[in-house]
Order: sequence, then structure tokens, then C-alpha cells
Amino acid sequence: MAKRVGIEVSLAIAEAAKLANTDVVAAYPITPQTHIVEHLAKLVADGELDAAYIPVESEHSAMSACLGASATGARTFTATAGQGLELMHEVLYVASSMQLPIVMAVANRALSSPLSVWGDHSDVMAVRDTGWIQIFVENGQEAVDNVLCAFRIGEDPKVLLPVMVHLDGFYLSHVIEPVLFPEQSLVDKFIPPYKYPMPLHPDKPVTMGAFGPPIIYTETKKAQEVNLRASKEVILQCWAEFGKTFKRHYSPIESYRTEGAKVLLLTMGSFSETAMTAIDRMREKGKEVGLVRIRLWRPFPFEEFRQAVSNAETIVVVDRALSFGGPVGPVCSEVRSALYDEKQKPKVVSFVAGLGGRDITPAGFEEIVNRGIEISQKGSENEFEIFGVRG
Amino acid sequence: MEKYAVYVPKLVTKKENFAPGHRACIGCGEALAVRLACKALGQNVIVANATGCMEIVSSQLPFTSWRVPWIHTLFENTAAVASGVESALKMLMKKGRIAQQDIAVVAMAGDGGTSDIGLQALSGAMERGHNFLYLCFDNEAYMNTGIQRSSATPFGASTTTSPAGKMSMGQFTWKKNMPAIAAAHNIPYVATACPSYPFDLLAKVEKGAKTPGPAYVHILSVCPTGWRCATDLSIKIGRLAVETGIFPLYEIENGRYKLSLDPPKLRPVTDYMKLQGRFRHLSEDLIAKIQKRVSAEYAEIKEKAVADKE
Ligand SMILES: Cc1ncc(C[n+]2csc(CCOP(=O)(O)OP(=O)(O)O)c2C)c(N)n1
Ligand code: SF4
Ligand SMILES: [Mg+2]
Repeated sequence: MAKRVGIEVSLAIAEAAKLANTDVVAAYPITPQTHIVEHLAKLVADGELDAAYIPVESEHSAMSACLGASATGARTFTATAGQGLELMHEVLYVASSMQLPIVMAVANRALSSPLSVWGDHSDVMAVRDTGWIQIFVENGQEAVDNVLCAFRIGEDPKVLLPVMVHLDGFYLSHVIEPVLFPEQSLVDKFIPPYKYPMPLHPDKPVTMGAFGPPIIYTETKKAQEVNLRASKEVILQCWAEFGKTFKRHYSPIESYRTEGAKVLLLTMGSFSETAMTAIDRMREKGKEVGLVRIRLWRPFPFEEFRQAVSNAETIVVVDRALSFGGPVGPVCSEVRSALYDEKQKPKVVSFVAGLGGRDITPAGFEEIVNRGIEISQKGSENEFEIFGVRG
Repeated sequence: MEKYAVYVPKLVTKKENFAPGHRACIGCGEALAVRLACKALGQNVIVANATGCMEIVSSQLPFTSWRVPWIHTLFENTAAVASGVESALKMLMKKGRIAQQDIAVVAMAGDGGTSDIGLQALSGAMERGHNFLYLCFDNEAYMNTGIQRSSATPFGASTTTSPAGKMSMGQFTWKKNMPAIAAAHNIPYVATACPSYPFDLLAKVEKGAKTPGPAYVHILSVCPTGWRCATDLSIKIGRLAVETGIFPLYEIENGRYKLSLDPPKLRPVTDYMKLQGRFRHLSEDLIAKIQKRVSAEYAEIKEKAVADKE
């Protein structure tokens, strides 16, 4: 029987990696990811998870050890955040380009300087183009479910790509929530044993990571791009299958109270739950507003997104990262670009908020939406606004 | 070494797991060292290779010189990749997903990939005690990118980033002692080797691969392109490095030093240096300074070896 327990989300993620029968974990501690890897180390120490735990000396080595383990045919898991994700940066590209289906939980964190251990999406945006599948989760249950899905999706022979599961640092990683853990036997069926097609082994020598001269490099990159885009089908199938087996349903774009809404608020990550409260309040006041959340960040679900916002006149996007000197918030940039060729284009208004762990309350979201409507009608001198900033 | 000298033709395999046809320069001591190492390692091996000359000359898509499983990912992370491979093998064998057998996990990198940018990853992997062999192919500079200095470049050598000039005598720092750094991790086996002494190299690589736990072999690899020497002098210059005491051949087994070769009398360093354009600019004073340091360092190692013998 599946059992429901109250558990810190970080620990729940480690338990999910255990349910998935992870073979190798290589990790380096960083707030707010620490509880995930501490719990994994403990599960291994207590004999509850039969895995090698490699306590590496840096995140660069964490991801590098994951490359080696995954290429040898081991199911491989790690977790990081903020500075750690940045230190991994060049290694992340190798994981996706060499088609190594590593799963990584990222407890999203702001970037130095000034040093901040608190959450935002600066780390995520810096690794946007690394070629990983990237999924955002909003609560503990979604985190557990999507870590399981991540293994199944990444290891699918049609995909073979690494997957990041993003959760907000502290706001999600450190809260205690009720989580339903699926039964081991069902998980075992849901995630077939890992069989990497060409593992490093003397029985069948392979050369992995040869260098690409100009005559071939572009083709390798095109193949990678086609593959990442095509993975959406497998992701959708996986979520559909998950829904059938475990009765919880996921989709690339999630809509909340969007019926008849001319104005849509758009968010990504666990702030979405607060945003829902704001939408409820505004609906009570008779405003026709709804909420759209991006769950699948890469590959970006263009079709589903356009469908979800097809009736909107105004979209108010809340970003949790800055693109210094650039256009608007990074999510907003993508949204605008996705809609540029549409016949009926909504106005897209950009806000940046919630940097470095600053909270956004339901009242805050209400204010953002109202200001967004105002900007969409009257225009603004600024490309975007930073909500609630002093000075 | 003793064993090989007698039975060489019978004992050394003719099989080339580092296949000919690669793109190394003529007279490349590093390619020769890799070739010999592959003979010693045999078939049951997985190689993790750092970015550098050897990776570039051997792996241009869609070709490969590797007849053993081989992975290259980045420049500085090779020891970490190897530690992942090793941990995975152990776990997969434990779980019965692959057959139980001895597979040597071997990391290969240049001096730059080892003593500079990859030192942290190497230190971590040695400290964690992975069962792997690390081979450093030391050609005393970043050759792949065009002969820039590394911390393994010898004092006085002119490179493209430590050029000799009116205000510069070339590299002004002394070569970092990587074998001592490896040994300071208390790993069971550390050795130096040079392809000019092929049987010694074969024996050490084999021993390193068979050692349970981390092993480190530092291999001096003459690079005619970067050292500005004639391409037919690679072997000779390697020998001179040993005969002058500039690059002594030794092992450090469980902390105990043992000289593999102890010439009755060391040749003067000029015998070695005068064949190489990278030292051409050096004054007699500087050469005397180098001679003094080489003699002292050799005496130190010899002292350790004598003490450890007792
Ligand atoms: C992070 C990073 N920095 C720099 C480089 C450029 N680079 C590639 S190989 C190399 C030098 C390699 O030197 P070494 O390790 O001594 O090997 P060699 O080519 O001499 O055999 C450098 C600097 C790189 N590939 N990655
Ligand atoms: S540059 Fe030196 S090390 Fe590199 S291939 Fe040429 S000779 Fe060998
Ligand atoms: Mg070098």
C-alpha cells in the first residue's frame, strides 16, 4: 500500500531516489540542498539504499563522477543548488551531449554576490541552454512524483537525456508536507531497470566523447536539438502513464481558473501556490483573472502554452531572475517570443520579483496583476518592473 | 624491470590497443608512452582521458585509436570521472548486473590536466581511496594549446607564456613535485617512468593497475614540438633526463622510496639541456643553479631510498 507521511520535502526527494533504486550518488553539500544529500548518505549508511555514495570534493567533480557512473551503466542521482549548479556548468553540457540520463534535483538558489542562500531562479536561468530536460515542481508530492518520472523519461531509449527537477530552495525544500509514497512494486514496474545501450565495458569497447571538427559538430548539435524537442512526446506519455498508475496528473502547462479570464498571471515554481490564493481572492472580487504555470521548462511546450493562453488579452509574467541589461525577465522573453507570430497577440507584461528569498504574498500577487493591467493599458517607460524594490 | 629485460620479446604483447593512425607529431614521446601503457594494461580496462594532446590526436570523430573502452569529457575532471566509473562498476557487480571480474579503471591526463587544473579532482579521488590508476603524461607544458607553461614546466624553460626575453629567463618557478603530492595522500603506489625505459614503464603501469586502491604513475614524455628538439632524439633525451638525475626513476610503495635505476655517476645537466631549444637562452649561471638544485634533489631521493631500504 502507498503510505502518506508528513515529511520534509528534501527527505522525500531522497526517498524517491531510493524508490527508484538509484545505483550511484555523487554529491557535494550546499544550502538549501543539504538535507537531500544528507538523507541519501544516511539511507546508504543504514543499508536502506544499495548505492555507492561518492562524497566528492566539489560540484564539478559531483557531476563529473555522475558522467562516469552513468556512462558505465549505473542509475545515477545527484542534487545541488545555486553556486553548485554554476560550478557544474560546463559539465552539464557534457551530460546532455553525451546522452547520459542523470537525474538531478535542484533546490533553486540565488547567486552571489552578495552571497544569498535563499531562493530564486538565477541559477536555473544560467543553465537554461545546457540541453537538460527541466521540470518545475510546486510541492512535496510533485517533487517525489517527478523524480520518479525523471528516471523513466531520461532513461527511455528514445530519449537518453539528463533531467533536472527544480524546486524552490527553502520555500519548498525545507517545508514539511504530507506526501504519498507509492508502493515499491508499482515503482519497479513504472521505472524499468536501467539498461544503457552502450556502457563502458571491456566486452564491447566504445569511444565516448571524441572531439568534433567543424565538418561534424553542427550535425551533432542538430541531432541533440531534435532529440530534446522530441522528448516531449515521451514526457507526455510518462505523465499519462503515471496518472493511470498513481492517479496524479501532470501536464507541461497547468492552468488554474482560466475560464473566461482575459488577464492571466504566469508563474513557474512553488510561488504558484501563493499565486493561486491571489487568483481566488481576485475572482471573489469579480475580476476575470486566471493563472498559468509552466511545469515543463525544457523542452519548452510551445503548443500547450499557446493553447493555454489563446483567449488572453494580457499576460502578466512574474520572473524570479534578472537578465541584466537584457530585454525582460528570462521567462517573459520566452513567452513573448512564443507568441510573436500569433495573429491575436496578447500584451505581455514583465515583472521580476522574489529575488534572493524575498517573499511574495497573495496581496503582492494581486498588486502585480493590477499594476500589470495598468501597464498593458497605458504602457510603461520601463521594459520591466522589479516588484517591491526600494530605491 | 629485471624480469622484462630478459623475456621482453615473449612477454610484451604485439597487440596495439592504442592503434596506429593517430595524429600525434613525429617523435612524440607522449604517444609512445600511451602506447606502451596500453600494452601493459591489456584488454580489461576502462580509460578516462582528459582533454589534451593525447585525446585530440586519438579521437577525431568519426575515428578512434582506442581499442579499449574510452571516455573523454573535459580537461580538469578526469579523476572524478574515473571515480564514477569505478563506483559504478563496483555497484553493478555487487548487484549482479554485470559479471564479477577485474576491470582496471585508468585515468590519463597531461601535466596541465594533472598538476594544475585537475589537481583538486585528483586529490579528491586519491583521498577517497578509489581503486584506480592515474597516469600523468608529463611533457612539461600545455602542448595541445601551443606550448604554454604549466606548473610542471622546468625552471628556465622558454614557453609561449613564459617566454625568454630581455627581461625574462623563461619559466622562473621550479617544477611542481607531483609524485610527492600524490604520495602525500598516503596511497599505496606511486612511481615515475619514461618511455625511454619501456620495460620499467610497462612493469610500473601493470603494477599500478593491479594495486588495490589509488595508484599514480608520473611519466616523463618528451615532446619534440614543445621542447624544440630533433624528432629523432625523443628516446635519447628521455634517457638523458634520467641519467642526469633531472627525472629520477623510482617507486614509492606504501610510503617507501625505491630507486628503479641509480646511475653510478650522474651526467651534467647540460648534456640534456643543450639538445633542446627551450633552454637555449640560459646563461651559465642559471645552468649552474639548475645543476645545483638537480644534484640536491637527486641526493634527497637517494637518501630516502637508502633509508627506506634499511
Ligand atoms: C576548462 C578548460 N580550460 C582550458 C582548456 C584549454 N586546454 C585544452 S588542453 C590544454 C592543455 C593541456 O595540457 P596538458 O594537460 O599538459 O596536456 P598536453 O596537451 O600537454 O598533453 C588546455 C589549456 C580547456 N579545454 N578547458
Ligand atoms: S605537441 Fe608534443 S605531446 Fe603533443 S602530439 Fe606533438 S609531440 Fe606529442
Ligand atoms: Mg603537457
